[in-house]
Formats: sequence, C-alpha cells, structure tokens
Amino acid sequence: MLLVPCPNCGPRNSADLRYGGESHARPDPATATPQQWRGYLYLRDNPADWLRETWYCRSGCRRWFTLERNTATNEFRSPPVPGDKRGGKA
Amino acid sequence: MTMSRLAAQPTEVLDRSTKLRFRWNGKRFDGFEGDTIASALAAAGEHVFSRSMKYHRPRGILTADYWDPNLMVQVGDDPNVRAGHRLLEAGMDVRPQNVWPSLHRDIKAANGLFGRFLTAGFYYKTFMRPAWLWPTYERVLATFAPGGKIDLDTPHRYHDKRYMHPDVVVAGAGPAGIEAALAAAAAGARVLLVEHEHAVGGHLRYSSSDSAQAVLAELRAALDASDVEVLTNSTVTGRYEDNWLGIVQRNHPIAVERLIKARAKVLVAAPGLIERPYVFSGNDRPGVITSGAARRLINLWGVKPGERAVVFTANSDGDAAAADLDRVGVEIAAVIDGREGKRVSSAQGSSRALEAVVAGGNRIEADLLVVAAGWTAPTSLLNMAGDRPVHDPDAARFFPSDPPGNVLATGGLAGDGRIDELRAHGAATGRLAARRAAAVAHRLQAMTARARPVDGDEPAWAPDDRTPLGRDPHPELYRSDTHGMVDFSEDVGSKDLVAAAHEGYDSVELAKRYTTSTMGPSQGKLETVNTVAAIAEARGETIAQVGTTVWRPPYAPLTLGALAGRVFEPVRVSSIHPWHEANGVSTIIAGQWFRPDHYGDPAAEVRNVRTNVGLIDVTPLGKLDLRGPDIPKLLNLLYTNKWSKLPIGKVRYGMMCAEDGVVLDDGVTGRLGEDHYLMTTTSSGAGSVWEWVENWLQTERPDWKVHVTPVTTAYVSINVAGPKARELVDRVTEGVDLSPEAFGYMEVRLATVAGVDGCFMWRIGFTGELSFEIHAPSGHGLHVWEALMDAGQDLGVGPFGLEGQRIMRLEKGHFIVGQDTDGLTLGPSTGLSPLIKLDKDDFAGLPELAWAADRSLPMIVAIQPDDPNVVPDEASQIVRGNTNEILGRITSARMSPTLGRSICLGQVEPELAAGGTKVTVLLTSGERVSATVMDHHAHFDPAGERLRG
Repeated sequence: MLLVPCPNCGPRNSADLRYGGESHARPDPATATPQQWRGYLYLRDNPADWLRETWYCRSGCRRWFTLERNTATNEFRSPPVPGDKRGGKA
Repeated sequence: MTMSRLAAQPTEVLDRSTKLRFRWNGKRFDGFEGDTIASALAAAGEHVFSRSMKYHRPRGILTADYWDPNLMVQVGDDPNVRAGHRLLEAGMDVRPQNVWPSLHRDIKAANGLFGRFLTAGFYYKTFMRPAWLWPTYERVLATFAPGGKIDLDTPHRYHDKRYMHPDVVVAGAGPAGIEAALAAAAAGARVLLVEHEHAVGGHLRYSSSDSAQAVLAELRAALDASDVEVLTNSTVTGRYEDNWLGIVQRNHPIAVERLIKARAKVLVAAPGLIERPYVFSGNDRPGVITSGAARRLINLWGVKPGERAVVFTANSDGDAAAADLDRVGVEIAAVIDGREGKRVSSAQGSSRALEAVVAGGNRIEADLLVVAAGWTAPTSLLNMAGDRPVHDPDAARFFPSDPPGNVLATGGLAGDGRIDELRAHGAATGRLAARRAAAVAHRLQAMTARARPVDGDEPAWAPDDRTPLGRDPHPELYRSDTHGMVDFSEDVGSKDLVAAAHEGYDSVELAKRYTTSTMGPSQGKLETVNTVAAIAEARGETIAQVGTTVWRPPYAPLTLGALAGRVFEPVRVSSIHPWHEANGVSTIIAGQWFRPDHYGDPAAEVRNVRTNVGLIDVTPLGKLDLRGPDIPKLLNLLYTNKWSKLPIGKVRYGMMCAEDGVVLDDGVTGRLGEDHYLMTTTSSGAGSVWEWVENWLQTERPDWKVHVTPVTTAYVSINVAGPKARELVDRVTEGVDLSPEAFGYMEVRLATVAGVDGCFMWRIGFTGELSFEIHAPSGHGLHVWEALMDAGQDLGVGPFGLEGQRIMRLEKGHFIVGQDTDGLTLGPSTGLSPLIKLDKDDFAGLPELAWAADRSLPMIVAIQPDDPNVVPDEASQIVRGNTNEILGRITSARMSPTLGRSICLGQVEPELAAGGTKVTVLLTSGERVSATVMDHHAHFDPAGERLRG
C-alpha cells in the first residue's frame, strides 16, 4: 500500500485517501470541442514516468491536493500543491 | 523405518514431565509438552501420515517442519493443519486427510498403478469433452480432491488485527537475524523481530555442538535484555509498496490468529535457507527424509528416526546429521558423499516402508535414507520488493540481485560463512538498517513540512558498507539418474515436467500452471528449484537461462479468519432506532445504515399514508449545511437548473450530473437565510456528493466563499405524510403558520417542534402526499418522533418504512438515482430536460448535456403490465416481440396498493418512449408479457393535487 504524503496530515496509507487520478485542466465549457472535452474526461497519458496526480484526504483533513509521483518507482516528489489541478506531466 | 523416543537430549524442547494425551486416526496416543503433532506420532512409531494427492501413495515425514507437504492433518474442525509445526495439545483429535476410506487401506492407491496415465494435464485433457458432462466429472473429482473437511457449523472464533509503525522489521530470527535486530535496536531503532518457528535461534536450535548452543544462549540473553519486540510462531507473509508488511501471529494468547499490518521503514530479510529434496526413484517413500528433519527429530524432540541409515550428503549439514544419527545409536549403513560425485539412484521397499537404497549400483539395506542435497533460498520477500534473484551454479542456489535500498538481506539468503561471519554480517545489516530507517523517517516528516517543520537536512542515505558473505561451493544436485517426485503436495514428478516441456509448456511459468508444480501448500519452498531444474534439463539449458517463477505473497498461507480479523465497520442508526425496534421493525441495511424497511405490512402502511398520516424516519438523507455569499454560484455550477433567484424560505429540486452528463444525484436544497442554505442529497450519495462539492470548491473555484459542513447525522429527519399531516404537525409546532396560504408547497420554515428549538421543516412530496419533512437536532429526534406519534393517535398516525415509501414514490413515478438510472443514464433520459438549463454559462456536465440535447436517448418511462397482477422482477428485459433483441429494462416494479395493480418504471429505447406504446417484457421465468408505456411518470395523481393541498 502506497504511503501518500498529505500536506496537512503527513504520510498516510493510500486507502485513507481517494485517488483523483491524473490531474487534468478543465477546458472552458463554452469553447471546448467534443474532442477536447472527451480528452479531459477519458484520455490519460499513463506514463511510466513522473506524473501529476490528485488526491483527496477523505479520512483526514478533507483537502484535495496534487502530487507528483513516478509511476515506475512510486516515488513522490515536490511539495504537494493544494487545489492545483493543472494538467499533464510535470 | 521404526522411530522411537530417545533418552533426554540436551537440546530438546520437551517437557517430559507433562504428558499430553491425544487421538490420532481414532486411537489414543501420548506425547510431551513441546512436541509437535508429528514428533509425538513419530516417537510413537507412526510413519504414514497422509496419502499423496493424485496417486494416493503413502507419505511420511519429509522435512518435519512447517513446510512438510506430507504432514497435513485435520485437528477437530480445523483442516489442513501442519503437523510438522503445530504444537501438540492435550485432547487434540487428529485425523488424516485425503485417505478415503482409511489411511492404511486406500482404494485410490490403485491410481498409483495407473500413474503413467495421470500425467501432466491429465484432467485438462480427459475431462474437457463433452462439456455437458462436466458437472458429473466435477462431482466425482471432488471426492478425490485433497484437503481437510470444512465444518459449516464451526463456531466463529476471535481473530484480531494490529497496526504497527516500527523502524526495522527483521524477518527470521536465526543468528544473523537476531544480530541484525540487536544492532538496529542498539542504534536507537524500534525493532520487530519475527520468527516463523516456535523459538528464536534458527538452525542453532537443532545443532548439537556445544559452541552452537553457547552462541544460542548468548543471543537469547542479549535479546531478553534488549528493547527488540520478538514474535515467535509468526510469519512475515507479504511485503508490499513502501514496506507495508503483513505479519500473521499464530501464538496470540487470546486471538486464534492476529494479522499485523506494519509500515516498516526498513525490512531485513533473514529467513535462512530451506533444505531442498533430491529427485530420484522412490524419493517420496516413507523413510526418506531431509538432513534437517533428522537433526530436528533427534535434537529438538528426542526422536530416533530409524535403526539403520544411509546418509546422502553434499554439505556440512548432511555430515552433522550423520554424526547425530551415529551419536544416538542409529547404525550408519553407508555415507554417500555427493561432493565426490556419488549419487543415490533409488529408494526401494514396500509401499509403506523403506527397505533398501540403491547407490552406485549397490543395494544397501536400510530403513532410513537421510538426504542433504542442497538449499533453496526463500527469496520471496525480496521478489515482492521487485528483486529478481540470480542463480549461482557454483553455490547451487539463487542469490539476491538488487533489492530496493529499504530491503536488506542477511544470513543464508546473502551468503555462507562461519557462525561468527554470519553474526557479523547480521550486525552490520542491523546498523545499516537503523541508519537508513532514520533517513526514511526524516524524509517522511519532511514530506509534510506544512504540518510539522523538520530540523536539519535529511541524513545521507547510508551506503552498503557491509563485508559481503562468501559463497560456499556446492554441487548442483537436483535430479539423480532416475526420475522421482518434484512436488510432493501436488504429486508432480520430474517425468511430468519433462513431458510438459515436450508438449510445449517449456516456459517455467507455463509448466508450473500446466502441471501445478509449486502450486501446493508448500508454496514452492521445497519444489521451485527442482521444477526449474527439470525444465532446464528438458530444454538443455541452465537454470539461470530458464529463470525462476516469481514468488508472490503470501510467504506462508494464512487463514481467511486472519485476513478478516476484527470487523471495524461502523453501524449507523438514527436516534429513533430504539422506537423502531420496540415496534416490530424489519430493518434493511443500506450502506452503513440500519433503516426501517417496514413494520409488518408495507401495503397497509401505504394505505394509511394515503388516507390518514404516516411518519417515516429518513435520517440517512444526506444533508450539507452551506454558508457564504457565493452559494448561488455553487448551486448553479452543481445542479443543472437555475438557483440565482431562490428566495429565503423556498426550496427547490435539483438534479446533478457528472462532467460526462450522467445523472449523479438529486435532492432538494432550501434557503434558510441570506447566506445560509441546506442541501440534501440521496442517502447513498451523502458522502460522495460532499466530496464532489469540496472538489469543485477547492480545485476549480477556490476563490468562492462557501463553507460546507456535513450535517447528515446532526439532524434526525422525519417525513410526516398524508392528508392529515398538516393537522398533526400543527399540534406540536409553535411559531409557524402552517396554513397553505402562509406555508406553501416547496417552502421551508424554522420552527420549534415538540418544544425543541432549532428545527426546520419543509414541504416536499416524494410520496405524493401533503408532507412536512421535519429536521430536528439529533439528540431530540426520538422525543420529536414520539411527540408526533402521541399527538396523532386520533388521526390514525402510524409509522411507514422504506418499502412503503418506495411503493408510493413509484406510484408517483419519481425515479431513484442508481435504481432507475445507471452509469450511462444522461440527464435528459430522466425526462427532466426542462430542468437542464443549457443557457447557463457553466455547470457540471454542460457540454455533454448540450450535445445530448440533439440526440434521441433511452428514456425513463412509466410502464404498466397489461395483466395487472404481473409484477416483473426488477431488471427484467424489455425485448422486441419474440426475439431477444433488448430494447430496455424494468428498473422498478411493485404492486400498488393504491391502484390495485402492478406498476413499473423502466428505461426504454427512444422508439418506445411515447405514451401508449406496447412493449414486451421478458420475465425471468422466460414468459413474455405485454405492457403499456404511460403518458406520465406518475401512475397516481399526475396533476399533483394531493401534495400541494
């Protein structure tokens, strides 16, 4: 079980959090094409590399935050960024 | 082979003053405190313990420890007990397994005669066709299946769990493991030392040399004086991400087993080595044992393993076994030295006992053959950490290659050496583990600098400066010049593996699954290397070229009871629950909630609500208290409809969709004050909607001023429904004018109810009746409920449950999210398109809903079977005529007490959505019935006159 560094609560078992998945910027609904919107909904880069992901500390501070994780080694890096949802790879 | 009890041995673990009486196979036996089941039986002269799985060959002691595949027995109602490990207790009722009709007269032993027909893949090949015969095959084969008997009436026994955060966990308490634990603790680490056997010491325990015993005494004393927590008869069963460890403790004083979940900063793997059987003709005959088994029997339990022995030795442990045998008076008929290239070719005798050993063409009479052919490195925990061990043919075993830095190997897993070298390596490993644990601790704390600043820089990651252990040369001994058994638990021979390889299953992972070699209860500890060797031989390659199977968790099997442990799942009830229980409630479990389903007759409850007045406890209804100036913006974003102009005192219904346009939740939200709203969600959505709201506020609109507080359990929610609801509520409410003119439909009021301040109530209509939903502070919920019940006696007030409510909402055609919708139901499919305001700037799911507006979608419609007595099962398909083309399904169906006929909601293809359309419902019985799509969702009172009254 992954140990996820929550910015407020400290390292916590991943089962204590909700995994929000690869973080994605939300397109502007007024101008988004179907392709852009569905990319936001469904398409994930899934790299074997550093990835920016969102987590929700549902058993602790109830905050959403963003972390970078190397999906090949499960190493986390960079301080977590509360609320950040910018998309794509770091 | 005749085993018997020796005079007391200096190293034995027995308390000979305490006799334990037990039963084996229906007969009475005696053993001593400290015996295992197997050692007690061996001392009493028993030598057949089980029958093999396929051929039903008699099997005796092989390794005399936890891994012994031949010593699986039933103890009382406890199947698959390892008699080589389980300590004897007085009164045990021990029975053999897999021996129908009996241990000594086994009809299925005939399989052995036909063994060559039961080769690899036999079952796959033989019972494939015809497919329709499989149930018969299965029934017959099941009676042949190995394993104990499960008693379905076994009482539930207490299992427990424990969570730990040690700095260092050491798996294995041999000399290297103990030194590692001591050194890590001396360096300030919190250390857990886990030993699979019943006592620490590893191979020192059954070594009869004085120096080994002196070292053992020294190590035990040092452990006693240390802060190391020692768990014996416990196993590290798995290593997962970030050193999350599963440890099963089998000797807890209260719990049958305790599963420990430990987050270790560093794991030290020191499991030692496991002695590997040698493959030759007759190697599974009772009387053929490993050198470890011989030494354990003699030195731990004072059991003389035979009278006349042949010792096949390729290492110092085999030599030590020969010396032990000689010391206790076993005649050594021959020592065959594997280091000189000599081999054992076959073990001969009757089916039940060894009579002679053939080696180098000579036949040597003996009742015991002790084999020391080499070692298997149980690298499981390293495999689980991602390491891929490498085979060293010169040492004839696998060694770690490159485990992650927070997993360290020591002891026999890491190499060979004198006892002082092993101890020094262990101590160096412990010091390294402590230093790395300190670095990990610093890193973990630094990761949360916002919460708890950490002083100083992270300590440098300590380099591995240990002096490596050497590797003793060892001859590669896997198979002799004859074929024999490779997997004793699964009855797989070397011939089977060769055949599998020739049939094309020549990858070790394929051969393993095809033959089931290594897949039995020993989990490959005894069989893996010989399996790989057989495949390598068949392919004409080396073991390194063939590679090995990946050892996965668990290291040792653990029971389902240990995994289940103690259940911490909370049960939620409202504060009214005692009243429900006192009034004959039948509860339904909904998530964590225990809710009233009905009080005996849901149809009567419905009739009472439709004619008088009823109360339902709807406390689990999700409730979010919203405060702040930006709430209208938030509601506009989350709901599909518009919220900018909701006046104080009004409530409104809203539907939420996810970003893909699929219906997520629905409910009413009321405005209680200028910047104060109460949002309700479905009961099942209470948690997820809260997370959804927080997600939007925290990540997309962090500048909005809205504070969200979940108050689901802060209020008890009571819906008072029925034509007499106003009269009843009026009797207990102060300060609110309940007249229709003053308090209209879809309005909310703060009120004092039954003397309780701080309540609020709103008029809504899920049941279709005039109804007041009262939300009262939880602590007063029971009082408010009872006050309503008392006040309404003359009005015919009665409780109704979830079932009654579901019937009434179906009569009204209100869909339930998750019941009548699914993960593909887009907003417009609910029929609520007027509530989807595509002219808003933004809301969740807007683009998808805008695109969906132009498409024809499956629709939720009300349906009535033409035969009013037919109530289709929910999920019955709607099909085209007599075909099986699916055009929809019934999502809800009930008999309506109000209308006296069956009513349904369903989802249908757009072509069937118009009122009056005839559809065909395929019942689960296979019968097809006709039904009619209705004009309105509401089967009853479509104009809604009753609820607005």
